[in-house]
Amino acid sequence: MTFDYAPAPESRSVVDIAPSYGLFIDGEFAPASDGKVFKTVSPSSEEVLSEVAQATGDDVDRAVTAARKAFEKWSALPGAERAKYLFRIARIIQERSRELAVLESLDNGKPIRESRDADLPLVAAHFFYYAGWADKLDHAGYGANPRPLGVAGQVIPWNFPLLMLAWKIAPALATGNTVVLKPAETTPLSALFFADICRQAGLPKGVVNILTGDGSTGAALVAHPDVNKVAFTGSTDVGKAIARTVAGTDKKVTLELGGKAANIVFDDAPLDQAVEGIVNGIFFNQGHVCCAGSRLLVQESVQDELLDALKRRMQTLRVGDPLDKNTDIGAINSAEQLARITALADAGEAEGAERWSPSCELPSAGYWFAPTLFTGVTQAHRIAREEIFGPVLSVLTFRTPAEAVEKANNTPYGLSAGIWTEKGSRMLWMANKLRAGVIWSNTFNKFDPASPFGGYQESGYGREGGRHGLEAYLNV
Amino acid sequence: MPITVPAYGKEAAGRLASMADVTADDGALRRFLHGLPGVDAVGLEARAATLGTRSIKTTAKAYAIDLAISMIDLTTLEGADTPGKVRALCAKGVHPDPTDRTSPKVAAICVYPDMVATAKEALGDSGIHVASVATAFPAGRAALPVKLADTRDAVAAGADEIDMVIDRGAFLSGRYMDVFEEIKAVKEACARPDGSAAHLKVIFETGELQTYDNVRRVSWLAMLAGADFIKTSTGKVAVNATPPVTLLMLEAVRDFHATTGVQVGVKPAGGIRTTKDAIKYLVMVNETLGEPWLTADWFRFGASSLLNDLLMQRQKLSTGRYSGPDYVTVD
Repeated sequence: MTFDYAPAPESRSVVDIAPSYGLFIDGEFAPASDGKVFKTVSPSSEEVLSEVAQATGDDVDRAVTAARKAFEKWSALPGAERAKYLFRIARIIQERSRELAVLESLDNGKPIRESRDADLPLVAAHFFYYAGWADKLDHAGYGANPRPLGVAGQVIPWNFPLLMLAWKIAPALATGNTVVLKPAETTPLSALFFADICRQAGLPKGVVNILTGDGSTGAALVAHPDVNKVAFTGSTDVGKAIARTVAGTDKKVTLELGGKAANIVFDDAPLDQAVEGIVNGIFFNQGHVCCAGSRLLVQESVQDELLDALKRRMQTLRVGDPLDKNTDIGAINSAEQLARITALADAGEAEGAERWSPSCELPSAGYWFAPTLFTGVTQAHRIAREEIFGPVLSVLTFRTPAEAVEKANNTPYGLSAGIWTEKGSRMLWMANKLRAGVIWSNTFNKFDPASPFGGYQESGYGREGGRHGLEAYLNV
Repeated sequence: MPITVPAYGKEAAGRLASMADVTADDGALRRFLHGLPGVDAVGLEARAATLGTRSIKTTAKAYAIDLAISMIDLTTLEGADTPGKVRALCAKGVHPDPTDRTSPKVAAICVYPDMVATAKEALGDSGIHVASVATAFPAGRAALPVKLADTRDAVAAGADEIDMVIDRGAFLSGRYMDVFEEIKAVKEACARPDGSAAHLKVIFETGELQTYDNVRRVSWLAMLAGADFIKTSTGKVAVNATPPVTLLMLEAVRDFHATTGVQVGVKPAGGIRTTKDAIKYLVMVNETLGEPWLTADWFRFGASSLLNDLLMQRQKLSTGRYSGPDYVTVD
């Protein structure tokens, strides 16, 4: 007999997905002006979940106009009043968290274990956190009575659909701005459910508007002359295009872009926990994490020991049905992303790195990629330089702390880094030298609404989260 | 269900012998134990908590419940223990659920040394082992000759397994060699005239050792000294077995096996009362050590009230209904 875990699927019946959704403009759902729709599928089964509207330029204009109109009243409300709405939204999210977690796993492909235990608690926490700031803006360090900017145009990615929405909407509303948000093309559903939550919370019409659509919708939103603030999280290429669009305008911009984070393990590290941190760093959310620890820098003296332990641990990762509570790694979000991961992994092999994956059976339908490890990677390999945005870890080695710093910083990105050592002085020395927005010590991929997040170089500019996250939405 | 002593291959014996230099003297032993990788408390606890979220349902649950029952060291360690109480416990160990004879037997009955003969007689040829807590349990505060006499007494009375407590005072004051020598001496005292030996479980009382680094060090120390099993606690202090401590000990056992080829068992004890908890421990074993350890030969639960909860869950699985405490026996 073996201890095989019987399937433990979370019930889908807690979610009621409508066959089609309109755009959420001025508190009402409405079809796109030209009636166009597109389908959203579950990446784990390729099942069509629903049809959503493809917003046109006219729709963008209507949404921005609604947001502009709502801005007058919303920004004039006392902070404590805005806080009430945000607290209410936070509590509704908590009450509906199971439903939202299942929805997120269906639409995105991420395991329910993560949407239930990581995404949803953080979503609620962000709304609670910024609700707390709404009546204390005078004390945020930006002088007395800082003013909101106006209408925020926000474009978010598909890796954490609801969490990225919370990162964008919570500080915008707390500071008195109104919002037009475009969720990613492949994961629009949780944002539309959020629109329903706004209605449930009695949020005034027009304060939050949700436009579903593809890149053209996002481009129209960013370029709209009456948008005062642009916030984008996504790929570096799109980020650059946005920066070009807004250049020369008075729009305020924050960009959270790609990353190629170094996870640095010294020979005195707590090795068992480092292995967990490496796994969490690269295989969390199928590696669809901009701050993923995709480059493992391991000190040569513990390389063999650590890699043995890592491979042993990877054997226990369970890949499969995202709704099974025992699944560790879910589906790749889309066919396009799967193709990109596959191409980069093939390039790794072609360039001479050694590829390894645990023996695991992948489902036949849907988009899947086995957790993958590359050893013998050098700085010159593409897999050490380009963001793969998938469950692929590149292992490099170093001999001295200085070499670790040099290699870690040798990247066009700079979103995050991890340091594993039992020596506090070395950890602090490294943290001062590393050029990255977030540096974790003896842990990885930990998020907290009170902690600012953002990048260096091609990882973007501006900070989200914490007190710093308010600045991007205030006229300071 | 005889306990199989691992057949150390030549290679394993060689590897173990090559570890001999780390126990050559006080300094070498200290350097070795302090050279083990550190433990990050936050990370360890997070990992234990994550393993605790595995959802074990239907067939897997039925399997886990029966496995857990077969791994129980059904225990009574009260000053008020009487032969009658011990005999009752033995009867329960043989037929845990009188209404359902398909229930597995427990692994062992765990008693104080003076009750060993009673338990041995009551268990007869049931195949259930008698485990006995010797060495001045639970404090371990007695002279070595007293502890050894306690052990020999229990073995002579027929104990199959000896659960010894270490001298926590010696460990905490850094006298590692004293602890090492004491475990070795007790192991020798486990020998029977016919050349066989009682199985030695070494109890750390991890709640008193406080730090996770200490738990890793003491695990290696005991395994180097020849422990057949390492056990968390006596069940007599405020903090007994916890998932992080047990996970850490499983990891130490895994690393010791990888280094020496010697397989050592693990026994969390104290405070494990529910099926849900027991299953969490089995998941930890499954994902840390895997199948070779998922038997009563290599993993045990030290518990007294866990069995009834397992039986109630077992009845629920077979009947579809919860019965209640009156449908299982009190000891």
